[in-house]
Amino acid sequence: MSRIADVFKNGKAFIPFVTCGDPDLETTGKIVSAMAENGADLIELGIPFSDPIAEGPIIQEANMRALSGGVTTDEIFDFVRRIRKKVSIPMAFMTYSNIVFSYGPEKFIAACSRTGIGGLILADLPYEEKDEFEPLCKKYGIDLISLIAPTSENRIAVIAKEASGFVYIVSSLGVTGVRSEINADIGAMVKLVREYTDVPCAVGFGISSPEQAKKMAGLADGVIVGSAIVKLVAKYGRDSAPYVGEYVRNIKENIR
Amino acid sequence: MPESKGRFGIHGGQYIPETLMNAVIELEGAYNNYKNDPGFNAELNTLLNEYAGRPSRLYYARKMTEDLGGAKIYLKREDLNHTGAHKINNVLGQALLARKIGKTRLIAETGAGQHGVAAATAAALMDMECVVFMGEEDTKRQALNVYKMRLLGAEVIPVKTGTATLKDAVSEAMREWTTRIGDTHYCLGSVMGPHPFPTIVRDFQSVISKEIRQQIMEKEGRLPDAVIACVGGGSNAIGSFYHFIGDKSVRLIGCEAAGQGADTFETAATINTGKLGIFHGMKSYFCQNEYGQIAPVYSISAGLDYPGVGPEHAYLHDIGRAEYVPVTDDEAVDAFEYLSRTEGIIPAIEAAHALAYAIKIASEMDKDKIIVITVSGRGDKDCAAIARYRGENVSE
Repeated sequence: MSRIADVFKNGKAFIPFVTCGDPDLETTGKIVSAMAENGADLIELGIPFSDPIAEGPIIQEANMRALSGGVTTDEIFDFVRRIRKKVSIPMAFMTYSNIVFSYGPEKFIAACSRTGIGGLILADLPYEEKDEFEPLCKKYGIDLISLIAPTSENRIAVIAKEASGFVYIVSSLGVTGVRSEINADIGAMVKLVREYTDVPCAVGFGISSPEQAKKMAGLADGVIVGSAIVKLVAKYGRDSAPYVGEYVRNIKENIR
Repeated sequence: MPESKGRFGIHGGQYIPETLMNAVIELEGAYNNYKNDPGFNAELNTLLNEYAGRPSRLYYARKMTEDLGGAKIYLKREDLNHTGAHKINNVLGQALLARKIGKTRLIAETGAGQHGVAAATAAALMDMECVVFMGEEDTKRQALNVYKMRLLGAEVIPVKTGTATLKDAVSEAMREWTTRIGDTHYCLGSVMGPHPFPTIVRDFQSVISKEIRQQIMEKEGRLPDAVIACVGGGSNAIGSFYHFIGDKSVRLIGCEAAGQGADTFETAATINTGKLGIFHGMKSYFCQNEYGQIAPVYSISAGLDYPGVGPEHAYLHDIGRAEYVPVTDDEAVDAFEYLSRTEGIIPAIEAAHALAYAIKIASEMDKDKIIVITVSGRGDKDCAAIARYRGENVSE
């Protein structure tokens, strides 16, 4: 079993997201430490992409801020190498296929393995295209995370059967962002996934408040929060780490 | 085991968020169901003939031929279609298909505005709601088309993200589609995006080469030596090439927008300057930096100002069946003026890229050779911008 699956062994997992290099990698480093110190179980590190088609305005803007700061994939790997000396928390990358493809899939996935990145979430890589990277992920022991959406319906079985690490349950139609209500029947989706796999389920997209997190944690094995954290980074910039830490602690306490 | 669909060699595929997968699967099923359905095809043909004005003319450009003194030049007049461009061919097909599967709302991206106008037109005709995403930069370059879309009852949403041009309009339309799938069809305007779009759009545009073939046989009793079309995403080009792909004697030439030059950063010549990548649902060639960030591209033509190219073109390039050549802003503007002056036809600035290359090669070809150039659209929409390019201030 990979380190990512271990994340879910001690109760409900909290998985916060941050875009690397927003506004610079030094800040990202402080944020990652604050997340780890305040109870995060797995950290999702976003590698910025110029045209992130699954993101709402909040994370789109974070990508733009990071890229205008000039951050590159090489610098992000160096950053992970450095931060690994300070934190032992499991980490996964969240990005888009072209970032991995253009770097050279094997070079990228081998570097993940060397730097202690346990999982890879690619927002534009559905089940049908996973052969693009999955054989390499298996070779290097990286979990290529499968996503399931409210529209997946009959696809859930085939996707779940081959899932590894965790299953990322997309809570809502549309792109990432902060939502006041989550209407999809998450409970039913999780139930269906569990018919086909023992791999844990984490719910993301749209979750921001502790109440929402608590509710979603009740239905699944973990909760992913992105936009709500990125909003704090947008607001407080280089000083955002303590605010993110406080937010992470609050969510973690609510889903315990 | 997963099975990747819609491949042209190594290109194509379906690199999209899981949320959209069942929508493209539904679309593929519907298309396979209707593409050979006599009722559907009869309905589409009636629309193409009676409403869009097909078949479009294959016009012998006598003055241009004499002036250049080489190959015999024919113009495939897609500019004479209703709404003034080839875009209507695809839009009527997709709107009809969307209605058959119960969709009541069309969303579309547009660059120059031609596809947006065509989509808004089809939506008006078929009583569908229509929302068009257009880069804010392009809404300024093509203000008249924005007005036309609104006049036709569509909502135009200016896209401010990224470079605020065509690629951002595509991204935003995809995002909108993930938000609302149940009643909405994404009417993609070119032979790009995830499968089945490159195939569906090609099939609906292939009427162009089907007609060219028939018309040139009637007029000349033989196939042309070259077919030339402009390539952004590549829909009018693939439509012009398709029925000649098997005829090795016919050179297929796609003209990319080189902007300030294919050796500058101010270019949109994807096959000439880009590299293999994965973006907007497909594997193909893209203008991008060494880390895979999509490059901000540039062309005077809003319709060719796209950092990628359809996967079938990428494949035709790989196997050497089609040639892709860069044409600069300057060359295109010269050709825009040349055709206006010589034949009394004002071409779209997109099509002027194909004309520019034809002008270059025609004079070097023997007089018994035949070139067909697809005039993908008319140039009314470009007049003000070209005037400005020449330093004249014309208000629309």
